[in-house]
Amino acid sequence: MSATAVHSLWTTNGLWATAAEPVAKIDSPQIEYSLIAPTLIVIGAAILGILIEAFVPRKSRYYVQLFLSVVALVAAFAAVVALAADGRGTTSSGIVAMGALAVDGPALFLQGTILLAGLVAIFTFAERRLDPEAHGNRVDSFAAQAASVPGSDSEKAAVRAGFTTTEVFPLALFAIGGMLVFPSANDLLTLFIALEVFSLPLYLLCALARRKRLMSQEAAVKYFLLGAFSSAFLLFGIALLYGYAGTVSYAGIADVVDGTVQNVNPALAGTMGNDALLLIGAALILMGLLFKVGAVPFHMWTPDVYQGAPTPVTGFMAAATKVAAFGALLRLLYVVLPGLRWDWRPVMWGVAIATMLLGAIVAITQTDIKRLLAYSSIAHAGFILAGVIATTPDGISSVLFYLGAYSFVTIGAFAVVTLVRDAGGEATHLSKWAGLGRRSPLVAAVFAVFLLAFAGIPLTSGFAGKFAVFKAAAEGGAGALVVVGVISSAIAAFFYIRVIVLMFFSEPKPEGPTVAVPSPLTMTAIGVGVAVTLVLGVAPQYFLDLANQAGVFVR
Amino acid sequence: MSDVVNAGFPLLTATAAVPALGAIATAAVPAAKRTAAKWLALFFSLVTLALAVAVGIRFNTGAEDRYQLTESHSWIADFGVRYELGVDGIGVALIGLTALLIPFIIVAGWHDADPQETGTATDSSVAAGRWRPTQGFFALILMVEAMVILSFEATDVFLFYILFEAMLIPMYFLIGGFGDRAHAGSDENAAAQRSYAAVKFLLYNLVGGLIMLAAVIGLYVVAGTFSLSEIASLRASGELEMATNTERLLFLGFFFAFAVKAPLWPLHTWLPNAMGEATAPVAVLITAVVDKVGTFAMLRFCLQLFPGASEWATPVILVLALISIVYGALLAVGQRDIKRLVAYASISHFGFIIMGIFAMTTQGQSGATLYMVNHGISTAALMLVAGFLISRRGSRLIADYGGAQKVAPVLAGTFLIGSLATLSLPGLAPFVSEFLVLVGTFTRYPVIGIIATFGIVLGALYSLVLYQRTMTGPVKLEVAKMPDLKLRELLVVGPLIVLLVFLGVYPKPVTDLVNPAVKDTLSDVYPGDKTPDPEPEVAAK
Repeated sequence: MSATAVHSLWTTNGLWATAAEPVAKIDSPQIEYSLIAPTLIVIGAAILGILIEAFVPRKSRYYVQLFLSVVALVAAFAAVVALAADGRGTTSSGIVAMGALAVDGPALFLQGTILLAGLVAIFTFAERRLDPEAHGNRVDSFAAQAASVPGSDSEKAAVRAGFTTTEVFPLALFAIGGMLVFPSANDLLTLFIALEVFSLPLYLLCALARRKRLMSQEAAVKYFLLGAFSSAFLLFGIALLYGYAGTVSYAGIADVVDGTVQNVNPALAGTMGNDALLLIGAALILMGLLFKVGAVPFHMWTPDVYQGAPTPVTGFMAAATKVAAFGALLRLLYVVLPGLRWDWRPVMWGVAIATMLLGAIVAITQTDIKRLLAYSSIAHAGFILAGVIATTPDGISSVLFYLGAYSFVTIGAFAVVTLVRDAGGEATHLSKWAGLGRRSPLVAAVFAVFLLAFAGIPLTSGFAGKFAVFKAAAEGGAGALVVVGVISSAIAAFFYIRVIVLMFFSEPKPEGPTVAVPSPLTMTAIGVGVAVTLVLGVAPQYFLDLANQAGVFVR
Repeated sequence: MSDVVNAGFPLLTATAAVPALGAIATAAVPAAKRTAAKWLALFFSLVTLALAVAVGIRFNTGAEDRYQLTESHSWIADFGVRYELGVDGIGVALIGLTALLIPFIIVAGWHDADPQETGTATDSSVAAGRWRPTQGFFALILMVEAMVILSFEATDVFLFYILFEAMLIPMYFLIGGFGDRAHAGSDENAAAQRSYAAVKFLLYNLVGGLIMLAAVIGLYVVAGTFSLSEIASLRASGELEMATNTERLLFLGFFFAFAVKAPLWPLHTWLPNAMGEATAPVAVLITAVVDKVGTFAMLRFCLQLFPGASEWATPVILVLALISIVYGALLAVGQRDIKRLVAYASISHFGFIIMGIFAMTTQGQSGATLYMVNHGISTAALMLVAGFLISRRGSRLIADYGGAQKVAPVLAGTFLIGSLATLSLPGLAPFVSEFLVLVGTFTRYPVIGIIATFGIVLGALYSLVLYQRTMTGPVKLEVAKMPDLKLRELLVVGPLIVLLVFLGVYPKPVTDLVNPAVKDTLSDVYPGDKTPDPEPEVAAK
């Protein structure tokens, strides 16, 4: 970013720069700390978590970290609720932190969703009853010592010593902190920084699986390389848009797009208003965001990463990343680029159709439950995009609702996956799930509920969400998209049903997996998932109201 | 709706809530108390029947109101969805049919889900009490009953849609989880065929339902509400004007789903699989109860919401119905499997029902509604006796039987009456309805009416050939040891046969019930003409 932009950013706030004091004095930025408290609490706790790693004895780290994470997330959620109760999401929403962040309905709604999803995910991170005890020490899903080479002596020593990677808690908190900023970012640089803040911990978390470590590390490398590419695209797009608009602030760019800009930056007179820069820049930024969302054709990483990452991390990524990324995508399309609607809508139509169909069709051929859920998440990204394309207030609120409903189903489903185990850890190959309904009807029934919700069967949250986005899309003039959505739902239903058939109608194999009895932590995660699925399915009105109230972006 | 009064006891909700509660209670019975679960399920189904009778008594056939016993509560305001219930005569008749058949289905399937029947007696999960097939079987039946009854009562399109889709799930588990033991080949093969049938059932209906979902959303975009009464008043006041093409597309979306469910040729292929692989009581549940939702919905939703488009589509639908009648009957003649034969016969009968609905005459639609009731009872009688027969011999193949009437005369006698009802013998209930449908069709579409009559001839063929091959002739070795009907089985078959004869001789209670509703429906298609007479329409053509 050029110096002029920084300068203008700092002087637009005229509170301190009075006429009497024209001397070059660096003004301190004005930050409304109370309004960004949720983010600050989470990031603060993450930093504290690093200090805990350094100073607290190894034996008690797990408990301290878990306690800190839970307290931080609950406190942050309370802060979000307090802000929303204060009307910050509706009547008195506004831009804070020198124009870097927006505190408005969508931001608060998504932050609340991310915090709750993060809290539930932390429970699954902390689960220590599933893996058999290693040398008398209870262990979780994460590697004993991340730095040791898989299969090496140092790894064996670490396992024998009962090490566990308690760093996952601060890493997850950093990721959540970044995700909180992502949907509320109100200028492109904040957007980029938030993206990196939540992506880097996720790359690390992906590499930390206790079992199948090579696969986990492979997933992390793939995710990192492709993620780095997408970040580069995003950054390049930001540069081009800066060249186009002379500013990185969302409102400023929108003004230039609308042609209502007041002062042209003389240094950029040659490029400002150049539509080529706008179109290419916007396309590159959209690519970066669609990568995080997992939309076709930027979905390639999803199945490998979802399969390789430790399952609790997969659940967390699938839920929270999607929420954050769709939040940022919505804000970008609705605040920065509404003037460009006629250019991006056809492209997004294509992306949505491809995403829905490809996700649903390719999922049919999958034989691994985690890969299957990965392709299912791609198909769901397509459904959500249908709501994004609506470009109506209903479109925003339906996407918000869908994201809320989807994230809890996802975390719950992946939490169930962690329970089904054999000697090699989680038994993710579908053939091993045969007859699960006979062996443990309750677990199978819960998983069936999640699958039915994914399939969008009425009386589950999945149906309410799907109906909301399809209704918004139809009202927004995207009727054809609804038809494609309905067709891909039918295709998708096939593979969800296939898993149910396998669980309930196939004979259990004698060497089949066992279902581990989890601690109350995972039970809570699954219980919350089921409760949200059914409540949002049967009586969604309260949450639809909430999403409706939250459905207005501040500009 | 402000003019809807929610006064008094919510009778309609109760008719659905009781079986739903029964399902939960039955499912909660501990593993060892299997028999208690059965009696509990039977008790709840009988209470439901009593409530259905109460609905019939409270319903006033002479009243002006189209929908009676209405209930209306806000549900999902954001989607414009209300919990709105109400019944017309057609609804009352079908609620009665459902509530009547479920106790028989439960008693007929009394032992179908016992561990030794489901092949899980030695399974350790059953021993540990984790897998409770018996409780599940009866709970699922009650769950289906609750959803079917509520779908007959829903006057909100969205509420109906939700039930229409949600009832697939318990149905799916009933088909896939509790198959017929009488199969050709190994256990593994049977399980594979069963789950194939269940998946086929679910996918066909789910695809139909999802296409309907697109049309439901489209309806909301056009009308802004899901309430039937609000849509009717919007249309009456001229505020709701659907473009012709929009109306036709929406109609097709709805009709497709109902035609899959009904089922209408060429969307029928799931039915023989499902009915063949399911146990006889579940097969009855599919064809006599759940499929009626499809034909009922054609009457209530297709005609009422899209009258113009319904008229537009009539020729094509009549031809499809005609193909169903003849094709179903022809394939029934060629079947070697008793249950699949009944399934194809049902396809033929559903052709008659749909033909009656879309003939757009009072006789046709009254006949179609009566047909739904009669077909339910007659198929239940035939299929349940066939189930008893199959459970004795352990085979579904017609060729494996012969001479049964000498060994088990009561069984053979009831089977004969069931077969005769299926071929619409005068004096038995289906005759009246088939006659009405044919007359109603003939007045407007003579050619189609005449061709449809061949369906009756073919019906006689497959019914009598079925009886002849299984019951007459020399007694086969395996058949010789067959016991006659037991008391439990007689209790199932006896009342159904009495009903068949009663409604055959005196159909007036049902026709009186449905006639006003049919006239209302027809006046939707031909507004202004309060009692549409078929003659002027013929003249106009």
